[in-house]
Amino acid sequence: MRFIDTSIGKKVIMAVTGIALVKFLFIHLIGNSTIFLGPEGINAYAKGLHSLPPIVWGFRLIMLLIFGIHIYFAVQLTLDNKKAKPIGYSVDKNLAATFSGKTMIWTGLIILGFVIYHLLHFTLQITSPYFIASSHPDNFGRPDVFKMVILSFQKISIALIYALSITALALHLSHGVQSIFQTLGLNGDYLMPKIKALGLALALILSIGYLSIPAAIQLGIISL
Amino acid sequence: MNLTLFVWRQRDKDSQGKLEEYKAHDISPDMSFLEMLDVVNERLIKEGKEPIAFDHDCREGICGMCSQVINGIPHGPQGKTTVCQLHMRHFKDGDRIYIEPWRARAFPIIKDLIVDRSALDRIIQAGGYVSVHTGGVPDANAILIPKPDADTAMDAAECIGCGACVAACPNGSAMLFTAAKVTHLAMLPQGKVEAARRVCLMTEQMLKEGFGNCTNHYECQAACPKGIKVSFIAKLNREFIKAQF
Amino acid sequence: MILDGKIPAGPINEKWDRHRQHLKLINPANKRKFTIIVVGTGLAGASAAATLGELGYNVEAFCYQDSARRAHSIAAQGGINAAKNYPNDGDSIYRLFYDTIKGGDFRAREANVYRLAQVSVNIIDQCVAQGVPFARDYAGYLDNRSFGGAQLSRTFYARGQTGQQLLLGAYQALSRQVYLGKVKMHPRTEMLDLVLVDGEAKGIVVRDMVTGKISAYSADAVCLCTGGYGNVFYLSTNAMGCNVTATYRAYKKGAFFANPCFTQIHPTCIPVSGDHQSKLTLMSESLRNDGRIWVPKNKGDNRRPADIPEVDRDYYLERKYPSFGNLAPRDISSRAAKEVCDEGRGVGPGGLGVYLDFSDAIGRLGESVIRQRYGNLFEMYERITGEDAYKQPMRIYPAVHYTMGGLWVDYNLESNIPGLFVLGEANFSDHGANRLGASALMQGLADGYFVIPYTIADYLARTNIPKPSTEQPEFLNSLEEQRNLIKKLLSIKGKRTVNDFHRELGKIMWDNVGMARSEESLKDALNKIPTIREEFWENVIVPGSGGELNQELEKAGRVADFLEFAELMAIDALHRNESCGGHFRVEYQMPDGEAKRDDENFCYVAAWGYRGQDNAPELHKEPLAFENVKLAIRSYK
Repeated sequence: MRFIDTSIGKKVIMAVTGIALVKFLFIHLIGNSTIFLGPEGINAYAKGLHSLPPIVWGFRLIMLLIFGIHIYFAVQLTLDNKKAKPIGYSVDKNLAATFSGKTMIWTGLIILGFVIYHLLHFTLQITSPYFIASSHPDNFGRPDVFKMVILSFQKISIALIYALSITALALHLSHGVQSIFQTLGLNGDYLMPKIKALGLALALILSIGYLSIPAAIQLGIISL
Repeated sequence: MNLTLFVWRQRDKDSQGKLEEYKAHDISPDMSFLEMLDVVNERLIKEGKEPIAFDHDCREGICGMCSQVINGIPHGPQGKTTVCQLHMRHFKDGDRIYIEPWRARAFPIIKDLIVDRSALDRIIQAGGYVSVHTGGVPDANAILIPKPDADTAMDAAECIGCGACVAACPNGSAMLFTAAKVTHLAMLPQGKVEAARRVCLMTEQMLKEGFGNCTNHYECQAACPKGIKVSFIAKLNREFIKAQF
Repeated sequence: MILDGKIPAGPINEKWDRHRQHLKLINPANKRKFTIIVVGTGLAGASAAATLGELGYNVEAFCYQDSARRAHSIAAQGGINAAKNYPNDGDSIYRLFYDTIKGGDFRAREANVYRLAQVSVNIIDQCVAQGVPFARDYAGYLDNRSFGGAQLSRTFYARGQTGQQLLLGAYQALSRQVYLGKVKMHPRTEMLDLVLVDGEAKGIVVRDMVTGKISAYSADAVCLCTGGYGNVFYLSTNAMGCNVTATYRAYKKGAFFANPCFTQIHPTCIPVSGDHQSKLTLMSESLRNDGRIWVPKNKGDNRRPADIPEVDRDYYLERKYPSFGNLAPRDISSRAAKEVCDEGRGVGPGGLGVYLDFSDAIGRLGESVIRQRYGNLFEMYERITGEDAYKQPMRIYPAVHYTMGGLWVDYNLESNIPGLFVLGEANFSDHGANRLGASALMQGLADGYFVIPYTIADYLARTNIPKPSTEQPEFLNSLEEQRNLIKKLLSIKGKRTVNDFHRELGKIMWDNVGMARSEESLKDALNKIPTIREEFWENVIVPGSGGELNQELEKAGRVADFLEFAELMAIDALHRNESCGGHFRVEYQMPDGEAKRDDENFCYVAAWGYRGQDNAPELHKEPLAFENVKLAIRSYK
């Protein structure tokens, strides 16, 4: 049997792509955090990023591929699992399963939807026609990403979409990170509670980090 | 005490089943859950009705035959206890109790609360052994085994093969069952020799039987009457990954 | 008829080796032409089926459980004996042999027991190689502990689940053969009849317990590994499904049933809590090391145990047996408990229980020490009774636990029917009148792994009757008979349930053929049993049909056999005018209550032959010769 046809093989792929995605979340968060430095920060970061098109596109394509693989196997495993348990019990009781664990496919799909929206919103800049960063250079001739972000997140509706999506991400990570260790066999009786705590901590750090940007803008801590 | 039972009744594999209501009167708190069902069955027989079919044998919590989901929990509400060792003192007068069979695609229902668990046997047949034949083996003390390894092997070997893990798993996965056997044998020098082959064959069989995939909910561990731990699943995964190289 | 045990000549320590030299062999290419039926997948059955499959025979294995792994060997807690002498405490094959013979009160066949002791060492090696996780010390060596009836540590154990682990070892070996196609496993299938062709065992008739289909299987030889008949007492430590049907129906086909009255009663079980009780649970005898056994001095003293002052307590074992006290041998302490309960001084529901009190030990050693020693047992007790034994005394009562009797076999484990081999608890061979702790597992595996593979080859090489077709009249007749029997059971449509009859039979057996038997009680049983049996065949109700999964029908067939077998037990007990081991006749006892054996008149195996429903069974004797041990009064003082 080919590795990718085996049950554990598929999950190892989920775990490995999961690791890459978590890493991406950290890198992306560090990049985004430059917004706290004002236009000098984030506009310079955006400019720097775009000065090397092959790298940025290569990186984007690889991330998309990883993301796609993660989703493909997630859907396949979920459908398999549904088939393996066609009928549930008339009393639905859980002894250990958590809300986040049981909703992985849904939080995952929310994240997928969000990523599409997020790309349309800030990368392709299709959903925010009132301010296209690339056609509004700042004083140094760089696309004014800073202004674009501020204007977007000042809209409560957009800030809420981000907040909800990041909550879904937090839930997804709180089950996902510890699952990575379990699936890769890097777990044991001693490590288990520590890994669970690590998963929760990572989920909290990342979600608080990401939430802090729309929150700071809504609260007026960052403004034009 | 008096109880109201809702029991899954199904004639055979191909019939439609449904929950039916039964009254259990004058139940003593000292009865085991199965003895309570015995009382209900005796009455049904005397009324000319078909008694409820359920699997049971040793009634001391070791054979792994009994298999009922009680109010949504395999083997019922008391932790680390098989149905046969669950006693009625854990219920109250007037309780409504839902009794259902193990549910998973790999465990087709045979009748009422009885399911076919032969898939678990076939997982063991695929590789859950040391391929030694009778005779011609070294002295029992020829190969020393560190006590912690022997203890871990024993922890894993305590699995009674009841299938509660599969019944509890939202995905109908048999990973805990398979992991227990893989761990038991992989911890011992005698079992290490063919560990790679074993883990591949057993997990492949698991898939062929139609069990689901583990998504780390750990319901299995919570439902296991013998306290088999999910860290053995991590061990199984480790063995499987090692086997790829 | 005087039976010939076919004991090989020569000094006892060379008998097995010499015998193996003379047994015929079958070459590997020919082995695959033979089919062997193995009924039962406990330690004896699973180990036999696995080993015969490995050797190349085609094996058809049957069990009534849904998986071979669930046979009742799994419930053995304590351990398995082997004369390894790892602790260097003076053990030897001879000593294990002697202890087993003496433990069996000199009613077992010397040569068999010696062979058992010899192969005991191979069993441990084999099980370790299979991955059985025996307990080990910090240096990585196997650990041993001591057990009842022995003065040294020769018991290997795997926590409190030795039986389970050994069975899993055998089950795994069996599973491997199933995978390789050498063993065909038939779970949820119950044997209903043995089929003889020209006087040799050549097949069986079974019922598929899921579809109800009755079918025949033919083979070159048949091995019965179907366990004991303790459930004739209704309540016992056996599993609910354990039954006598396979061996009893073989008996009806001509196999001799040996020593059916030899049953073992274990003193430390959790007492019955009411009429609803379906089975009994054993607790390790080790509890008696620290617990003190007592009952109230006065009848009808219903005070809580803590409120009964010392002067009103009767520590009867300490009183009656001052030197042994609470550690008096199994049979003596079982009988003593029965006596005080018969006097009306028993405690707990129904007055069938005695206190096992740890308060002195807790006072002396502290609760933590007691918790360390017996924590799991206290927990088990709490689960079943809901009582905390650290705070109040446990209640215990004896229960039927093991049956030493079984189908008669010769040294080759072959019954008087050629081609019918009987292994494990189902045969009578190795334990005499009483089995020592940790010896049942040893015997089951010895028979299956190390004896049957040699002896069955010899039969297969000799027999002139090839595997018959199941279309032969012998098979067709048996199928017809079994179908009729089931039809008959279903057609009675009476008023009483199968359990009801079984319970009534069990009570008679327990009261009359239980721990203490007398001529009077046995005659009483012989009067009552036929009456219940008659009523059973007129008034039992078996719902449903034969063509489906029908648990009541399964039970009905088994209870029908118990109702006949019970009589055989009582007849055997009545004929044996002596007390030995588990068979205690109140007329034959020493002044101190010990069993009084009669070696002059009863130093033989009583093997009973069936002579039809209405005739008394015929007694055949196999005299027991003791050349290597001296017949002595079994004393543990």
